[in-house]
Amino acid sequence: MSSNLQLNSEGKLKHFLTLEGLSKELLTEILDTAESFAGMSDSQVKKVPLLRGKTIVNLFFENSTRTRTTFELAATRLSADVLSMNIATSATSKGESLLDTIRNLEAMFVDMFVVRHAISGAAHFIAQHTAPHISVINAGDGQHAHPTQAMLDMFTIRQIKQDFSTLRVAIIGDILHSRVARSQIQALNTLGAAEVRVIAPKTLLPAHVESLGVTASHNLTEGLKDIDVIIMLRLQKERMTSALLPSESEYFKCFGLTEDKLKIAKPDAIVMHPGPINRGVEIDSKVADGPQSVILKQVSNGIAVRMAIMAMAMQTSAAAPGRSAIVGSN
Amino acid sequence: MSQIHIQNGRIIDPANNIDRIGSVYIADGKIASLTNEPAGFSPDTVIDAGNQIVCPGFIDLSTRLREPGQSRKATFKSETAAAASAGVTTMCLQPDTVPVIDTAAVAELVKDLAEKTGYQQIYPIAALTRKLEGVELSSMLSLKQAGCIAVGNASQPVQNLLILRRAMEYAASHDLLLIFRPNDYWLGNKGCAHEGAFATRYGLPGIPEAAETIALSHCLELVELTGCRVHFGQISCKRAVIKIHQAKKYGLNVSADVAIHQLHLTENDIQPFDSSYHVLPPLRTDADKNALRQGLASGTLDAICSDHQPHDMDAKLGAFPETEPGISSLETLLPLMLRLVAQQKITLPQGIAALSTNPARILRLNSGALTPGFNADVCVFNPELSWQIDAESWQSQGLNTPFWGQTMTGKVTHTLQTGKLIYRQGE
Repeated sequence: MSSNLQLNSEGKLKHFLTLEGLSKELLTEILDTAESFAGMSDSQVKKVPLLRGKTIVNLFFENSTRTRTTFELAATRLSADVLSMNIATSATSKGESLLDTIRNLEAMFVDMFVVRHAISGAAHFIAQHTAPHISVINAGDGQHAHPTQAMLDMFTIRQIKQDFSTLRVAIIGDILHSRVARSQIQALNTLGAAEVRVIAPKTLLPAHVESLGVTASHNLTEGLKDIDVIIMLRLQKERMTSALLPSESEYFKCFGLTEDKLKIAKPDAIVMHPGPINRGVEIDSKVADGPQSVILKQVSNGIAVRMAIMAMAMQTSAAAPGRSAIVGSN
Repeated sequence: MSQIHIQNGRIIDPANNIDRIGSVYIADGKIASLTNEPAGFSPDTVIDAGNQIVCPGFIDLSTRLREPGQSRKATFKSETAAAASAGVTTMCLQPDTVPVIDTAAVAELVKDLAEKTGYQQIYPIAALTRKLEGVELSSMLSLKQAGCIAVGNASQPVQNLLILRRAMEYAASHDLLLIFRPNDYWLGNKGCAHEGAFATRYGLPGIPEAAETIALSHCLELVELTGCRVHFGQISCKRAVIKIHQAKKYGLNVSADVAIHQLHLTENDIQPFDSSYHVLPPLRTDADKNALRQGLASGTLDAICSDHQPHDMDAKLGAFPETEPGISSLETLLPLMLRLVAQQKITLPQGIAALSTNPARILRLNSGALTPGFNADVCVFNPELSWQIDAESWQSQGLNTPFWGQTMTGKVTHTLQTGKLIYRQGE
């Protein structure tokens, strides 16, 4: 159901909620479309009229700067009207109020919701209950999925490494609570990466993590061997107070990426991070700002990838130009 | 009073080891005879049970009817109608009503509400601790005298083992049965799904088996220490079945039940984020399901309960972790039991015993059998009749079942409670 929910009867993207159930061809189409947009950022005219007259609402039930901003920029460059709403959540906010929020916004003739929510499944819920002409883009739901982040990471990897089939990718840190990691794992497996390895202490790995299609290691030194792509995850401070880790310094000692540790990976390995970075907790500044880091590239690529996904999702719900028109606008 | 003759049915009465075609004679609300027509018997109702099964009415060890306090979810009227249509003639009511059944007054209120519906045998379970908070003991003796059949803490764990010990000692002093759902609060970690592949994939907080088995182990130790009679409710995993088996073998006076949906569904059946599958304890793995089935077949698990939890639409309308757990399950109890028989996991007499004879034994009730002199609680069902779960067939106010829209095989045609026909199919 989750996989079908986001595709229309012709198998085209309608919502973008999770990477589960999406084909390699579709993911590749997203990356190709994003590539056609990527060139635009350097040009004088940064806008295309693809979504002119469309209204996109960024519905952020959870704080975010980077993701919200890149979604705003992406929508603006597609010539859509954008409204960003930060809605504080409280523990008592229930499905009813979530639904009511959606209903109220629907009444304002919205065409697309970009949703971030602290509860896993929130974007699915909205997609299931919103009016049929509205597309829903998941900008992160609980610990479930963050598919646009994963796609911009794939875009960045492809830019540098071209071929996924030979790549060994390590994802390091708090896999348990990470929606980014879950989506990255699905993307990498769908695109045919040679190996996806997760490296973390047992307290930060979910049960049966292998069922996601990864190998697991609890030792950074061993885990980094033969790795082409290193993805670091942000460590939240509250992991220390909930007895998942003893201290930031011990975490850094075991799992922090330093220049020395980086040398264990392949010499041309790239270092990624979805941000925001905790310098000195999961990654040393020298590595974050070093020559192998592509962290800022990820941020720039976020705009093109989100433009591609929004444009593709809106094409199915409206008489928007086909992909050839998008590529042609390059 | 009326006299009823049920004829031509296949009578299955596990308590009396009966399985044969014959007649049941009912007079003055009691079973009169299963053999010879009593002298002067002149039935005012004759039920032809040809090609049907006649068995003791079902006794459900765990239900929620949502009154008092939550009538928007369900009412005694709606849920007793559902129970009657499902062949259930006795229900134990969990104490997590609003207010909690922790005083004699609330227990009396429940009895009054039950009486008004005309459905006789609703037995409240008294809260073990005040407000189910696990801090102070409830007035168990007063609650017993007000008609409570057992004590329990519903789904709420008693976190402090000293308090649990004292509650069990006190319950034992008054010869009260403790109905206990093993669930360690901290290990449960406010989860909403089994800690397994499904929860991992969908980023849901998981509940490990250890949350159940550790609470179970603690309680078993306290059974030995306190001598309290304990019935474990809604067992959900293989390792708990093993522990109960060992405890029984060792000689502890314990019994256990399993909720009907646990015998059929696993985490693999959960449609992504479909809140109708949100239930606690959570749906676990195939290995757990198979062990529960074996436990039922071997007698380690004594009973099947519905764990009926009707909800209003809003309670299930939201992102999965935010919805309320529970399945409306009275009406699927019989067909899902029969599905186990069809799959040759248990025999039909075993299934009927798990729904009647064994719960009666656990509750020390003179029912769950067609013994002459017992209240005439009788269920007549057609094991072949197929029906669809839809708005027309469904009686419960709670539509929250993952089986919605599916075809069930096996339908109750008549339900008698203390000799009174409380349900007849098609009426």
